[in-house]
Amino acid sequence: MDTAFFLRWIATVTERVRAERDHLTDLDRAIGDADHGSNLDRGFTAVEEALVTTSPATPADVLTTTGTTLIRKVGGASGPLYGTLFRTLGRSIGDVAEVSPEALADAFADALGAIMKLGSAAEGDKTMIDALAPAVPALKVSFDAAAQAARDGARATTEMRARKGRASYLGERSVGHQDPGATSMAIVIDSLRAA
Amino acid sequence: MKKLINAVGDVVPDTLRGMAAAHPSLRVDVENRIVVRASGPTPGKVGLVSGGGSGHEPLHAGFVGYGMLDAACPGEVFTSPVPDQMIEATKAVDGGAGVLHIVKNYTGDVLNFEMAAELCAEEGVHVISVLVDDDVAVQDSTYTAGRRGTGATLFVEKMAGALAEQGAPLEAVAAMARTVNERSRSFGVAFSAGTVPAAGKPTFDLGPAEIELGIGIHGEPGRSREPYREAREIVRVALDALNTDLPFSGDMLVMVNGMGATPLMELYLAYGEVDAYLREKGATATRCLVGNYVTSLDMAGFSITTCLLDNELTILWDHPVETPGLRWGR
Repeated sequence: MDTAFFLRWIATVTERVRAERDHLTDLDRAIGDADHGSNLDRGFTAVEEALVTTSPATPADVLTTTGTTLIRKVGGASGPLYGTLFRTLGRSIGDVAEVSPEALADAFADALGAIMKLGSAAEGDKTMIDALAPAVPALKVSFDAAAQAARDGARATTEMRARKGRASYLGERSVGHQDPGATSMAIVIDSLRAA
Repeated sequence: MKKLINAVGDVVPDTLRGMAAAHPSLRVDVENRIVVRASGPTPGKVGLVSGGGSGHEPLHAGFVGYGMLDAACPGEVFTSPVPDQMIEATKAVDGGAGVLHIVKNYTGDVLNFEMAAELCAEEGVHVISVLVDDDVAVQDSTYTAGRRGTGATLFVEKMAGALAEQGAPLEAVAAMARTVNERSRSFGVAFSAGTVPAAGKPTFDLGPAEIELGIGIHGEPGRSREPYREAREIVRVALDALNTDLPFSGDMLVMVNGMGATPLMELYLAYGEVDAYLREKGATATRCLVGNYVTSLDMAGFSITTCLLDNELTILWDHPVETPGLRWGR
């Protein structure tokens, strides 16, 4: 996978976040503060511009620019968390022109660790981690398997009680709603298939 | 949605332009979303920086000025600001004595301020962060993101700001901010949810005879939904929760705060009930604030914030302050 692959991946994520913007915001309205879709859309729109202006030369450049832009533009919890995802992927992949599937899977494992540390969250807390964590081992199999695992993981958050972020204040009342962060994470991972 | 706005995406910058026009004492960088005192950093004084989502006005930008904050970083509506804003604000107000970050305990604010503080440290600015977490409605800190920072933020900004103005070092100002937070508690009640402009509809729906107890200030629902009842009883629910968590005693500072769409008339009515309750418990509200200070857009409802005063805190509270949102003694 080369620089063009990663540019296509981010472009797909941008497109799909835009398309799913209202859906993500609706999910967030139920258990949060109704801005997840609009915040991510704003962030990825800024990423789109940044990738044009900086014309990154390597896969790591694409990922680091994406992460840094998200941290700078999104705000909220999702800004630093998604920013950390892409920045860690970039750092982990390193300065190479081609990324092997194994290296990408390893980078995703690093990113999972970084997000868990930053958010002090674990699997089962009803967060983006519930979509990302099951996708990481599945990445060693295929993008299709990873996408499936992420979607299933996101869907499984419906029955969970939130223990992190704003939804946690609802306690039991957070049960019955799919987590917006896990849903957007599933979109990010699913977009690998289209890249 | 009927709101006094031009375009959904321009709400924050348009608001900042208005604040700049109304208050020459503020220097407002609309593009980078930073509000600082027009007088610039005070040499040798600890700088105070806070920030958070927009929609809580006058918090925080309205509390920039003598005796309170040196800078505020307004984020998008109900969304924490980004590290870039905090770093710029921190550098702009560093008078050589270090900078205090006052952070409300919401995951987004905490994460962004954490990243900013790390980057500031790398650039050689001494930063201490203090977390405000006064909301007693969050009972179970183990299974949540912890108590939210709400009304006590104003108390922290006021009293730590007063101490900083008197020339205290950063460690002392930070310790005072923590003390004020530890002695303060809040509880909020909503009658109707606010509407985030970008979302276009209320964040949650409340029936005509329902109230939401234990709300935060970002439009998220609270701890339980209960039937509407008379003011005396609603106020009592809030005060019982506060008094159970940190019993009322001695001299107290009490704020009855409107969430944005509740008439001042009703806030005063509520304050009367608060005052009577305190007397019943043998405590006295020697200082108070009644009004809209830490709002949640057009949410109808109120919050009560209490603080156990001592001589030092009372003196700091009485210290002159000159900001758009709070002003006395000067």
